[in-house]
Amino acid sequence: MMSSVKNLELMSNTIREDLIKMLTAAGSGHPAGSLGLTDIFVALYFNILKHDHKNPNWDKRDRLILSNGHVCPVRYAAMANAGYFPKTELVTLRKLGSRLQGHPSRLDLPGLELSSASLGQGLSVAVGMALAAKLDKKDHYVFCVSSDGEHDEGSTWEAINAAHKYKLNKLINIIDRNNIQISGFTHDIWPMEPLKNKYESFGWKVIEINGHDFKQIISAVQKAKGSKDQPICIIAYIIPGKGVSFMENQFSWHGKTPKPEEAEKALLEIKEERKRLLNKR
Amino acid sequence: MSAEKLDQKSTRQGYGQALLELGKENKNVVALSADLTESTCANHFAEKYPHRFFQSGVAEQNMITMATGLALEGKVPFASTFGVFLLRALDQIRISVCYNQANVKLVATHCGLATGEDGATHQSLEDVGVLRSLPNLVIIEPCDYNQALAATKAAASWKGPVYLRLHRMKSEQFTNAKEEFVIGKAQLIEKGSKITIISSGPILNEVIKACGGLKFKPEILNCPTIKPLDNKTILNSAKKTNQVIVVQDHQISGGLGSAVAELLSEKYPCKVKIIGVKDSFAESGKPEELWEKYGLSAKTIKKEILEMSIGKKKVQR
Ligand SMILES: Cc1ncc(C[n+]2csc(CCOP(=O)(O)OP(=O)(O)O)c2C)c(N)n1
Ligand SMILES: [Mg+2]
Repeated sequence: MMSSVKNLELMSNTIREDLIKMLTAAGSGHPAGSLGLTDIFVALYFNILKHDHKNPNWDKRDRLILSNGHVCPVRYAAMANAGYFPKTELVTLRKLGSRLQGHPSRLDLPGLELSSASLGQGLSVAVGMALAAKLDKKDHYVFCVSSDGEHDEGSTWEAINAAHKYKLNKLINIIDRNNIQISGFTHDIWPMEPLKNKYESFGWKVIEINGHDFKQIISAVQKAKGSKDQPICIIAYIIPGKGVSFMENQFSWHGKTPKPEEAEKALLEIKEERKRLLNKR
Repeated sequence: MSAEKLDQKSTRQGYGQALLELGKENKNVVALSADLTESTCANHFAEKYPHRFFQSGVAEQNMITMATGLALEGKVPFASTFGVFLLRALDQIRISVCYNQANVKLVATHCGLATGEDGATHQSLEDVGVLRSLPNLVIIEPCDYNQALAATKAAASWKGPVYLRLHRMKSEQFTNAKEEFVIGKAQLIEKGSKITIISSGPILNEVIKACGGLKFKPEILNCPTIKPLDNKTILNSAKKTNQVIVVQDHQISGGLGSAVAELLSEKYPCKVKIIGVKDSFAESGKPEELWEKYGLSAKTIKKEILEMSIGKKKVQR
C-alpha cells in the first residue's frame, strides 16, 4: 500500500497525464469530472480499499460502485496503475472492440462491479450490496462514488431513505460536489443545497472534506468506519477539471475533449506540477 | 468520414430549428429538458424564450409528468432527453401521458447505433419496441434534417402524444425543405420492382447506397411514421414485389419491421426480412464501424437484397 501523501500526489499526477492522453486519443469523453475525482480514486485504490488486482472478484474485497459512470476514465487509469491491466490499453478508450467502453461495462472489464451510466442508480445498487453483506455477515465496506448532478434524480433520494431504514453503517457514499453538471452550474440547473442538512435529516452521518486533500480523504473514511448504525456520506468539495488550469471550474469541459494543442498545454502543466511535487520535501 | 461533411446536418438539429420557429408561431409551445439542453438542441428555444423553457435537471420522470401538467392546462410541451433516459419515465409516459391523451411531445435524441462512442449505455435500440405498444402514441422517426424540422411542426399541430425519434449523427439530406410532413404517410423514394425496402431514420442512407449498382431497382419506401403505419402504401408495394426488407437502426424486436410484419402477416403474407440489431447490446465505436460490425451497413443490406432477389429465400405463394 502506497501510503505516503507525497506518493499519492505523484500517482494523481501520473493519472492526470494518463487521462489527458486517453481522452485526447478517444476524441470524446468527460474530462472535468474525471480530473476532479482523480485524488479520490487514488486514495481509494492506493490506500483505502481492500482489493486485489490479481483477483478482482475476491470475496472479501471492499465493493466500489461508480454511479456517475461517465467519469470511468479515471477509474480505468487508477485500475491500470494499480496493476489490473496493462497501461498500454488505456489509449483504446472508446475504440471499437475495447474493454474500456465509453461508459463502464462490467462484463467487459473485471473489477468494475457495475455497468453504469444512467445517473441515479448506483446508490441503490450499493444499498442492495450492503444488504447482502449484512445478510451474509461479511465485513467488507460498500463504497459508492456519486455526483452532485445525480442528486436531481428522485431515485437517489429513494436510495438515501432505504440506507437509513436498514441502518447500513458499512455503506459510504462519496459525493463529487464539483458544482457542475452538463448544462451549467448545479445552483442554476437544479439547486440542491443545503445538501448536508438534507442527508442529515434523512438519517445519515455526514463528513465534509476537501476532495483534493489526501489527509482529509483518508481520515474521513477512517471516521466513517466508526459508524454504529448510520450510513455515511462524505461530501467531497472538488474542483472540476483539477490540474488543468483552463478546464478548472468550467462546465463546458463536462463532456468535450481537448484538441491536440490544448492537450499539449495540459500535459505541460501536469509535467510542471510533477517537478513541483518532486522538489517538495 | 462522410458523417462529418460540412453540409450535413442531424435530425436533432432539425428539431432544434423547428422548436425555435414554433416559439414564434405558437405562444403555447413550451419546452423542457433534463440537463441535456444543448445535446437535444433545445438550447436555441431556451435562449430565445427563457420564460417558456423549464430545466428539470437530471430528473426525467419529473420532467415528463410536469409536461403532462402543462399539457392538461393547454400548453404544447416538448420534453427532450436521450432515448435511453426517456425510458426511465416509461410508467409516467404510459399513465400520465398516453392514458390521459395529454398533448405531450416526447423528444428523444441519440437513438440507434449512430450514437457512437458513448457506447451501449447510450445507444437507444429498444425505444420503438417499448413505446409502440402504448395506445394513443404517435411515433415518428425522420430521416434527415428537413424531415425532422417538418415532423416537429406536424407534431405541434397534432392533438395528442407524439414520440419523435431523433439522432446525434449528421447525415445526407434527401428530403425537400418545402415538403409538408403528413403524419401517417410513407414516402416513395425510388419506384422499383422485385423487392420493397422499407426504412426510417438516417440509416436510409445505407439503404440507398446498398441499392446502387444493382442490376435491378428495388422499390424504396421511407416510412417516418412508425405508428400509425401507412398500411395502404406498404400493402400496394408489397403486392407488387411480394418480398419486403425492413432496415432499422434498432433491435430487430419491436421496431418498424415488427410493425410491417404485423400488417403483412394479416393482410398479405409474403417474405419479410428485418435487418436490425440482433438481440444484443452494442459497444463504443464510430457509427459507420458499428453499422458494419452489427450488420446494418450498406454492404450487409446489399447482400440481403441479392440473396432475396435470386429467390434463395423466396416463399412459394
Ligand atoms: C438518467 C440520466 N439522465 C441523463 C444523463 C446524461 N448526463 C450525463 S452526465 C450528466 C450531468 C450530471 O451531472 P454530474 O454528474 O454532476 O456531472 P459532472 O460533474 O461530471 O460534470 C447528464 C445529465 C445520464 N447519464 N443519466
Ligand atoms: Mg457535478
